[in-house]
Amino acid sequence: MAEANLLILVVSLLLYVVLGGADFGGGILELLTKGKASGVVSRAIAPVWEANHVWLILVVVILFVGFPSVYSTVLTTLHIPVLLVLIGIIFRGSAFTFRHYDIDEVRPKAIYSAIFQYSSLFTTFFLGVTLGGIILGEISTNYQLGFYQIYIHPWLNWFSFAMGIFMVLLFAFLAAIFSIGELKDDKQVAYFSRISKRLIIALVLVGSLVFLSAQISGHSLFSDFLHSPASNVSIVLATLALPLLWVLLNKNKGNLLRLVAGFQTTMIVSGWFAIQSPILVKIKDDVDITVQNSSAPYQTQFYLFIVLVVGVLIILPSMVYLYKTFHFEKNGTEPY
Amino acid sequence: MDEFMAARMQMGVSLGFHIVFACIGMVMPWFMFVAEWKWQRTNNPVYLELAKAWSKGVAIFFAVGAVSGTVLSFELGMLWPTFMKHAGPIFGMPFSWEGTAFFVEAIALGLFLYGWKRLNKKVHLYIGMIVGISGVLSGIFVVSANAWMNAPSGFDWINGQAENIDPVAAMFNKAWFSQAHHMTIAAFSATGFAVAGVHAFLYLRNKLEIHYKAITIALAFASVAAVLQPISGDLAAKNVAKLQPAKLAAFESHFETQEKAPLVIGGIPDVENKDIKYAIKIPGMLSFLAHGDFNAEVKGLEEFPKEEWPPVPITHYSFQLMVALGSFLMLLAVIFWAGTFKWKNWLTKKWWLKLLIIATPLGFVAIEAGWIVTEVGRQPWIIYGIMKTKDSLTPMPGIQYTFYTISAVYLLLTFVVTWLLSRQIKVLHKNYL
Ligand code: HDD
Ligand code: HEM
Ligand code: HEM
Repeated sequence: MAEANLLILVVSLLLYVVLGGADFGGGILELLTKGKASGVVSRAIAPVWEANHVWLILVVVILFVGFPSVYSTVLTTLHIPVLLVLIGIIFRGSAFTFRHYDIDEVRPKAIYSAIFQYSSLFTTFFLGVTLGGIILGEISTNYQLGFYQIYIHPWLNWFSFAMGIFMVLLFAFLAAIFSIGELKDDKQVAYFSRISKRLIIALVLVGSLVFLSAQISGHSLFSDFLHSPASNVSIVLATLALPLLWVLLNKNKGNLLRLVAGFQTTMIVSGWFAIQSPILVKIKDDVDITVQNSSAPYQTQFYLFIVLVVGVLIILPSMVYLYKTFHFEKNGTEPY
Repeated sequence: MDEFMAARMQMGVSLGFHIVFACIGMVMPWFMFVAEWKWQRTNNPVYLELAKAWSKGVAIFFAVGAVSGTVLSFELGMLWPTFMKHAGPIFGMPFSWEGTAFFVEAIALGLFLYGWKRLNKKVHLYIGMIVGISGVLSGIFVVSANAWMNAPSGFDWINGQAENIDPVAAMFNKAWFSQAHHMTIAAFSATGFAVAGVHAFLYLRNKLEIHYKAITIALAFASVAAVLQPISGDLAAKNVAKLQPAKLAAFESHFETQEKAPLVIGGIPDVENKDIKYAIKIPGMLSFLAHGDFNAEVKGLEEFPKEEWPPVPITHYSFQLMVALGSFLMLLAVIFWAGTFKWKNWLTKKWWLKLLIIATPLGFVAIEAGWIVTEVGRQPWIIYGIMKTKDSLTPMPGIQYTFYTISAVYLLLTFVVTWLLSRQIKVLHKNYL
């Protein structure tokens, strides 16, 4: 039962990364292109914006119901970066909505845009830092150690920072790919293809940096990776997807691009997961938190699973209906 | 301020902020639904205008409600990790259902807000109803989690560990029903009076039909809710008397166990001398309200060790405030119904509009007071009778700073939302002129 719920958790996380990521990336992309991308992404994403973010809540709920010690330990030791993420989420979400709904006036809109863009960057970066902290294994639960050792050191390191940057690039890349399907103007399509290609190159570079920085921090991410066949397969597939993306970018195939980019992200996340599993959080000076030793009792997992299945049966068709209503069409008619 | 106090204040501020947006997100979709339905029946374009104007407000409130709720779901673990570690697997059921309900609400709201042109008229209308239903459901579910903290059930507590967990029994705990109806009614009453008040204010400045229609719709809901509220509150109090006698005693600053216990109105509790000064006392009334019998015995705080007393003055004042406001809003509702049956064209009389303006914030003040009653009245327990709040505090030092930060962010957000809405309203007026 625990495994089934974990699987749903991973899928939710993945959906959050892909769908929410494209949306976070929208802000980053606006920043990167100095406003040229403004509107493209947010217009496309506005109707599905709220729904995309509920995936995060699902992840959190599955964690504290099904794997409570993961939830408590991570939120205690990574309190600071998580708080930064939360503040970012508040600013981003509000600014996005305010920009959309405030009456048309130039100055406030510019301010909302700036807040939206910078907090997208900020939030994504610290989301990556937090994930880095969870993966790296510098978390300690010996709370007698000093403040720095417990609450700062696990995330203030090269690896977490590399993860932060990787996350920023990944989300920007997803947003760029996502936008291409929404564009009509050939010049703009060319512009976004160019950006996507640059982001692909940057992603490959920073991706290697992630492994390198783990090595510097004294962790064996790379050999762990070599020893896990599943993650080998995932990463190879993710890499193979790159040239395909390149070709598709040249041919301007909107929906296919999204599919391949989504596939690639899925491979990255599952590759990471394959390296980790069955460990959920690595602990420096104690037993690691695993699926087994953190799972809630069977009764809890059982009912959680039932709720999740019922939930999915209700949510998925509604989600499809929502996307169908607003997406996969090129005419950008205004909502009102 | 020490760490513990800061953590409690941060939780209180975050929840107190979220609840306002959550209530509006629960109730406003119903108003929109009625406005749209009226438009489809009467073809009066004013109703459509109203539904659209409201829907912009709802979008803003929903977004802020969603981000503040997301923050809460992390904060529970950032501030009270020990509590969540034990409680998560037990009271997780309602949270999982709540998550499902949110999801449906978020999807339906997306369709509703952006689907005016793309969806069939009837479909659009019913999607509005789904937004309302899932909003109310999510509120009811999350209250079950809170009720479980008041009336823990569905597990055995053995050597500091929860064993034999039964998530279904935990969800259907004994406090759920009474808290859920009281909370849901409160949301309708508070939001209804707030909306009516704002439109009454606007109507006084600018006599537009749209405001008149808005007042009627909002009051139709609020006036029913405000009459039901004291009845539902009475049921809640009876339940508290049964489940948490120390909390009930703190409501009423009732120190000595007594038969024919008096109902205390107003007054200043003096905890040192176990007394209350300057209060009006109605003999036997508390016995009647708590147990349905004027002669029944009501337990006083003296029955409990002093370290298990909730903070009496805060609980007492908040309770008194909530009941006072509840009585006032009920009075307004009674006037509304009497007026509707007896008088003609009275809804736009100045004195009535002014009363409505005064009532604008009162429902929300009562909601905040009510939650202080519930949460502070449960102290020192985080899980009543099982786990003390201070034992579940995060080991991380410096919570004062996170408390200041979060408070500052929410304060800023409050200003911006207010400013934004006032601008929306100005535009609405401009469009008419
Ligand atoms: C519009 C808001 C509002 C109004 C007018 C009232 N209440 Fe209330 N009350 C709430 C809003 C609220 C609340 C915020 O919704 C609470 C907090 C927890 C809950 O379930 O409801 C609450 C809690 C609450 C509790 C504590 C329940 C517990 O701790 O489990 C009691 C005993 C009452 N109420 C009783 C009353 C009475 C006798 C009222 C008489 C008029 C009244 N309330 C009016
Ligand atoms: C939205 C309405 C709510 C409001 C306004 C509210 C308000 C408060 C306040 C004022 C406190 C501080 C108590 C004190 O310092 O003595 C508090 C504490 C707390 N509340 Fe609530 N509460 C609400 C609902 C909930 C719900 C639904 C839950 C959980 C499911 C919850 C969980 C907690 C926890 C864990 C604490 C900290 C521990 C404690 O002080 O007991 N609250 N809340
Ligand atoms: C009694 C107190 C509460 C009520 C009545 C309530 C109700 C609601 C409602 C109706 C929404 C939908 C958003 C909206 O319409 O604005 C919402 C959002 C949310 N609430 Fe609360 N809530 C309460 C307390 C809590 C607590 C204690 C938590 C966390 C532990 C929480 C977590 C959330 C989350 C994560 C969302 C965002 C969901 C989304 O993105 O759609 N709420 N709440």
